[in-house]
Amino acid sequence: MIKQKVRVKTFQINGIDVTGRSDSTILEVAKEHDIHIPTLCYLEGLSCVGACRICLVEIKGSNKLIPACTGKIKEGMEVFTDTDRLHKHRKMILSMIFAERTHTCSVCVSNGHCELQDMSVELGMEHSQVPYLTNRFDIDASHERFVNDPNRCILCTRCVRVCDEVEGAHAWDLVDRGLDTRVIHDMDDPWVESESCTSCGKCVQVCPTGALSEKGVSATEMVKKKSLIVNLLEMRNRER
Amino acid sequence: MITTLEELEEIANKKQCENNECREELRVCIGSSCLSLGAKEIEKDLKKSVKDRGIEHRCRVKGVGCNGLCAAGVLVSHYDNESGEEVLYEKITEEDTDKLAKAVESQKPLEEHRSDMSRGFFAKQKKIVLENAGYIDPDDIEDYIAHGGYRALFTTLNDATPMEVISQIKQSGLRGRGGGGYPTGLKWETVAKVDAEKKYIVCNGDEGDPGAFMDRAIMEADPHRVIEGMALAGYACGAAKGYIYVRAEYPTAVEKLNKAIKQANRLGILGNKIADSGFDFELEVRLGGGAFVCGEATALVTSIEGNRGNPRQKPPHLSDHGLWGEPTVLNNVETFANIVPILNNGAQWYRGFGTEKSPGTKVFALTGHIENTGLVEVPMGMKLSELIYDIGGGVSEGRNLKAIQTGGPSGGCIPADMLDLEVDYDSLKKVGSMMGSGGVIVTDDSSNMVEVARFFMEFCKSESCGKCVPCRVGTTEMTDILDKFINKEATKEDFELLKEMCEVVKESSLCGLGQTAPNPVLSTIKYFEEEYIKGIKDD
Ligand SMILES: Cc1cc2nc3c(=O)[nH]c(=O)nc-3n(C[C@H](O)[C@H](O)[C@H](O)COP(=O)(O)O)c2cc1C
Ligand code: SF4
Ligand code: SF4
Ligand code: FES
Repeated sequence: MIKQKVRVKTFQINGIDVTGRSDSTILEVAKEHDIHIPTLCYLEGLSCVGACRICLVEIKGSNKLIPACTGKIKEGMEVFTDTDRLHKHRKMILSMIFAERTHTCSVCVSNGHCELQDMSVELGMEHSQVPYLTNRFDIDASHERFVNDPNRCILCTRCVRVCDEVEGAHAWDLVDRGLDTRVIHDMDDPWVESESCTSCGKCVQVCPTGALSEKGVSATEMVKKKSLIVNLLEMRNRER
Repeated sequence: MITTLEELEEIANKKQCENNECREELRVCIGSSCLSLGAKEIEKDLKKSVKDRGIEHRCRVKGVGCNGLCAAGVLVSHYDNESGEEVLYEKITEEDTDKLAKAVESQKPLEEHRSDMSRGFFAKQKKIVLENAGYIDPDDIEDYIAHGGYRALFTTLNDATPMEVISQIKQSGLRGRGGGGYPTGLKWETVAKVDAEKKYIVCNGDEGDPGAFMDRAIMEADPHRVIEGMALAGYACGAAKGYIYVRAEYPTAVEKLNKAIKQANRLGILGNKIADSGFDFELEVRLGGGAFVCGEATALVTSIEGNRGNPRQKPPHLSDHGLWGEPTVLNNVETFANIVPILNNGAQWYRGFGTEKSPGTKVFALTGHIENTGLVEVPMGMKLSELIYDIGGGVSEGRNLKAIQTGGPSGGCIPADMLDLEVDYDSLKKVGSMMGSGGVIVTDDSSNMVEVARFFMEFCKSESCGKCVPCRVGTTEMTDILDKFINKEATKEDFELLKEMCEVVKESSLCGLGQTAPNPVLSTIKYFEEEYIKGIKDD
């Protein structure tokens, strides 16, 4: 009994008392208690990188904003997930994501099934608050089944992580810096030439936008199976 | 191999005798700035001239590290070992070498090149970190030992416990010189207290701030001091391995460090059972690819591990989860260079310099529109006016001072009417700037402050690693908006948007690069708002 006590922490989210295992993140505990925190780069089953900054939360007594997906819980902390300050930040950050590359939804395979689109609805963002940028990239349609359109990529690195952490292939990686950052295969080879890619398609299923898609689907048709990863990991665990 | 303090003293004595065989020395600065002006050739020519004149038994010619007055290079100092008198010559070229040898021979100083050493530039400095720079031969471990080197390490290993070392460093009040000013003793203590098989000491020699070159000067002029500081950190924290991460653009520093490590290994000053104690310490130099962000602590260790140098969210801190997941102490070059003098002279001595909250000295790189560009070491808490006028010689070309930029891309601009500010970590922060690594850029009244802000924003934009959205996109957006102000095409809405983006990027970015990128804009808005207003077009 005593052991159990040590391994649990009690704190508050939005004034509600919650408990979580001591190694949990704020996001995990929030989910367990049905408290919604918006996320983009996070995907259950993968490691957390804190890249998109949409999940930022406030902690009482600190001026710093902490990403809920990486922030570990602390006994007695008071977390706020829904303040005006956070709304302002999230909207601006989402604006930046939309402004960075070309997210013309009407012609996108993921239109209607896109996490980025959903996020703009959730945050009530009708148009970007910041000017659109003009960086453009070549589409890689070399693979027989998949397409990579970097112009719709939000650099969440889910594809990189799923390939490394679940498939074990580490076919994806990042190249270049800043605005020019791209996800690539191997040494920036065309997808079809990648020696480490197993063509399992997990990256396509976890990609939140239309950046990675299946070939031959037309606009609005690309529906992804995000739960694939959690189910897969559960099955593996059961086998063990 | 030497294992005792006595043997160390023996080397020191022998070298001192050798040094004293020659009564005089001509010390040629072979720091990077003088090197680019032909210092190596000058050293060679001087050696030849001295020999030709038959005075080589009386006067030795040697290369030494930077003494600071880079604007007047190539610098050659004529030093008398017996009287301790020194004559410094500036702006020496290859044509002057024989004249100089002649001056030594005839004992008549070369007046036209003689530097006035009583002036503020020299008189107002206090050299602790750079005490050996310009005096010792960085290529020769024995010269370092002859100047008291490695005594701190040997006496500590013989007589002090790790906790005693940490307690000295804590009492000294030393704060990290890499920018943040985090208390060094506390950092060491945290790692010392962790129970782990393996721990690491890492020295941050990435120095990516534009205009900063103090760490380079230290590594080039006195590499053993950094090594000794790191070994002491290893002993204090229980680490047996250290890495010095140096940017590849500093080939001379890399060469000096590698040479120094080799020499220390050969003498048994690094390696197994140092000074016959149970302490082992091994050092390795690692080259950085030159990305500014690789100077950020978490990115730096990732880069040493051989991965893409991207920062990661903290916590966990390095003291907990550092290099290869092990507890790690990461300090700046100048921080490590402060360790030996503190242990040699005691914490109380150290506290005699600087301010209550920021004891000791700081090395600053003076650049921009200033007469004496170069490297200076001054006590913390010195007034900006002293730094700029008494030491720096004032604004160049007789123009008026407009602002002083400190802290590089993370810092801010301080207007000319705040010259009374006493420079330390906290005072700079209070006025919206930062200590940063110690870059001080002086701008005269011909400068446009929006352009200054844009310069740093563009720097951050091109150095952003691209991992997190606010920094990756925000720095580009803000550079574009600043362009509008410079072209006088901005709107009132642009001004509001700029301010809002500053706030979001500052508060929501993942690492220090993004979190501080808005500072130059914020501080120029704070003190020079009218220049932004001028960039707004009439509607
Ligand atoms: C973008 C960025 C670049 C940095 N570059 C350097 C650097 O070049 N050298 C350095 O010592 N610290 C640099 N730092 C600070 C380090 O992260 C770290 O705080 C410091 O090296 C710790 O050493 P100290 O406690 O001795 O100051 C940088 C930080 C950031 C965010
Ligand atoms: S391709 Fe998709 S999954 Fe990969 S980083 Fe881009 S948006 Fe994320
Ligand atoms: S703040 Fe900038 S440099 Fe730091 S992680 Fe984010 S994108 Fe990279
Ligand atoms: S979901 Fe937490 S930073 Fe992206």
